[in-house]
Amino acid sequence: MGAEVVVEGLTKSFGRQTIWRDVTLTLPPGEVSVMLGPSGTGKSVFLKSMIGLLKPDRGRCEINGVDIVTCSEHKLYEIRKLFGVLFQDGALFGSMNLYDNVAFPLREHTKKSESEIRKVVFEKLDMTGLNGAEKKLPGEISGGMRKRAGLARALVLDPEIILVDEPDSGLDPVRTSYISQLLIDLNTQIDATILIVSHNINLARTVPDNIGMLFRRELIMFGPREVLLTSEEPVVKQFLNGSRIGPIGMSEEKDEATMAAEQAQVDAGHHDGGTDDVRGVVPQIQPTPGLGERAGVRRRLDRVMSILHTLPPAAQQGIRDSLTEEDRARYGAGAGATTALRPSPHPRNGDGGWQPASGDLNVAELPTSNYREPRGGQ
Amino acid sequence: MTTRPAPASFPGAGALRETGRLFALALDVIVQTFRRPFQVREFVQQCWFIASVTILPTALVAIPFGAVVALQLGSLIVQLGAQSFTGAAAVLAIIQQAAPLVTALMVAGAGGSAICADLGARTIREEIDAMEVLGVNPIQRLVVPRVLAAMVIAVLLNGLVSVVGVLGSYFFNVVLQGGTPGAYLASFSALAQLPDLWISEIKALIFGFIAGVVAAYRGLNPKGGPKGVGDAVNQSVVITFLLLFFVNFVLTAVYLSVVPQKGS
Repeated sequence: MGAEVVVEGLTKSFGRQTIWRDVTLTLPPGEVSVMLGPSGTGKSVFLKSMIGLLKPDRGRCEINGVDIVTCSEHKLYEIRKLFGVLFQDGALFGSMNLYDNVAFPLREHTKKSESEIRKVVFEKLDMTGLNGAEKKLPGEISGGMRKRAGLARALVLDPEIILVDEPDSGLDPVRTSYISQLLIDLNTQIDATILIVSHNINLARTVPDNIGMLFRRELIMFGPREVLLTSEEPVVKQFLNGSRIGPIGMSEEKDEATMAAEQAQVDAGHHDGGTDDVRGVVPQIQPTPGLGERAGVRRRLDRVMSILHTLPPAAQQGIRDSLTEEDRARYGAGAGATTALRPSPHPRNGDGGWQPASGDLNVAELPTSNYREPRGGQ
Repeated sequence: MTTRPAPASFPGAGALRETGRLFALALDVIVQTFRRPFQVREFVQQCWFIASVTILPTALVAIPFGAVVALQLGSLIVQLGAQSFTGAAAVLAIIQQAAPLVTALMVAGAGGSAICADLGARTIREEIDAMEVLGVNPIQRLVVPRVLAAMVIAVLLNGLVSVVGVLGSYFFNVVLQGGTPGAYLASFSALAQLPDLWISEIKALIFGFIAGVVAAYRGLNPKGGPKGVGDAVNQSVVITFLLLFFVNFVLTAVYLSVVPQKGS
């Protein structure tokens, strides 16, 4: 099972400019999370802070109990071996061909023989559809291929945490879907914790278990996908719609006057730039048939059901609607009586029965750290 | 909560901060040099690369340099009536001063700028970040082999420059100024001594280290985009040159006061 990432009160600024402050969230182990946010809200900076490439001003970021903000450099390099990171344009080593790029982590960190390395590398290249391109240099291939090669390299050490920076930028919608499917399949196979940073609505609606959103230097919410997808928060609504009407402007801030002027234009019949109303919970992407069930889904459902009563009504409805008959029976059809149940971060026991968690499983103490009431707004 | 103390802002604070970081990197390089596994492949490749871009230019600079020393000294020394010491003076000037400096200028100008540009391009393309994230220390993996290569090549080149420079000086003195070969060669050991050769090589070693570290430092910290890499290369060469002449002055002063000179 993937590692749990606990972020508490993380604040980062460059000089006088605060990027975001007091970001608190927990990436539940083995689940897929997406961090949304308009361009320039520091999503990539957040990702880099999580792996210690940038040093936050204050706060903690704990991985397997090690705070990477304050730990020694030696420890940091050890912790980083748990990570697989896909950078925006792949960040491949320009002087090596794809094969050597993917083999690099294996050669540095393992004592595998060249034939074993070859086997692993070809497996990963095959997974990302790069068969036959292993002799090419990163400069000779398209952006999409570079991205997939970067993913292959990130996966080669079987990471426990996979961080993905904008998997969709520079990819066409079809390839984006393939990448989404690949990430879900990966999660099924190795049960890694995945965090995707993106502003692709389609991906955000169909891939993750949890969604967070950064806006105006704050994490405005982080919680089960249903919460954000059904949110009435103006920022979230505007973002999901891609409409110009709302608090997000072309520049970072937008004043009342501009908002009023734009509203007037729309009222007069000018198109607001948005597409259909895309709010509401849509079915999640499932693993490719034959791979089995994602362990994270079951854990998440346990967790979500235990905090159900704390969620907004629309989200509760969304979750209830998505339950299967079997689930309803398991949690009690009304789902109102579930407050006593605690989620378990551990796999079910043999008979598949519901295991009430004992007190030391603070992983489950998520209502406080995982979902926060939206601040400001309405 | 308390806020982070604001970075001190008095005149020159920026320069001090940069200097501090440069020294921190130098220290890091020294520490990481002794960490296994040593990157032999990278080291050999870098040595080969630096040697290939510096040997020819260094030799070509060394010949006229030796000649200039010979010409300048030649006319002066004749007025003093000490023609027989031309060889001695030329050897001293070339081995102690000219050779390490010419070597260092070449290693910094040709090798260092290439190192800086290479690391700078890797930094802005996030390759360095990617490497760190893969759990590999870029200082140990990339910077240490480059700095060591610059040092080794500087020491070896220094020998080459000494020989070529002295040959050039000999040629000009004997062929163009009518000096006698015997006097030139015989006076070699009149003023020069073995420690002169040692200080020459030590200087080259230190200069190579400075050139490598400064190039790596500027390369790892370019300011924004491809233009930043260009600026970083430019700065790395200028900073290295400034440091070289200053350190050369210090080393020479120390050497002259510590090691007794012949004939004094």
